[in-house]
Amino acid sequence: MKMNLTHFEAAMLFALFASVVLGVVTRNTDKERLQYGIYTFACFILALFVIGWLMRLGHG
Amino acid sequence: MAVKEKEKEQKQPLPPLGTWFPAVALSWLIPGGGHFLLKRPGRGILLLLAVTSMFVCGLAMRGYMFQPQSGDLLTTLINTGGFIGDLCGGVLYLLTVAFGYSQVDEAGHVHDYGTKFLVTAGLLNLLAMVDAFEIASGRKD
Repeated sequence: MKMNLTHFEAAMLFALFASVVLGVVTRNTDKERLQYGIYTFACFILALFVIGWLMRLGHG
Repeated sequence: MAVKEKEKEQKQPLPPLGTWFPAVALSWLIPGGGHFLLKRPGRGILLLLAVTSMFVCGLAMRGYMFQPQSGDLLTTLINTGGFIGDLCGGVLYLLTVAFGYSQVDEAGHVHDYGTKFLVTAGLLNLLAMVDAFEIASGRKD
């Protein structure tokens, strides 16, 4: 079995798994954990687009 | 006042080994295992699924498993750090090595992501171990 993912798909998967763990281990109540998990996922995606565009513009 | 509380918090003695070691060791061996032992099955399942899925994706992308290497500072840092990250995967790492997984470090974004997935799965498991320690020692619910 071999996965062939695009940059975007791989980065989305990475963001998803990392957000779940960060949400679970960081906060104290289930509601806070869910909110923090969603927040970190959104931050990952935002960073993905911003850095992606910066690289594209920088590369020319 | 807040400074005093912070100092007091920092000076908390380490709890007896027996209270936290089994949970932390199980957490290392099986991702989320410490949380199961501490009767937090919901969080344990989430950790198990997230860490295992990330590790398996890393393998499926044919990521490179680091081996400790000496040489210049950067080589030592990357390879030893990567090896520690891989090792934190616990039973996932041990099984992978036992079944003879071997992948050379080659160019390509998929391989590169795979390598990062393998290391990050171990590092996320390290976070789960710290969380298990805090729960077992009564510092966190």
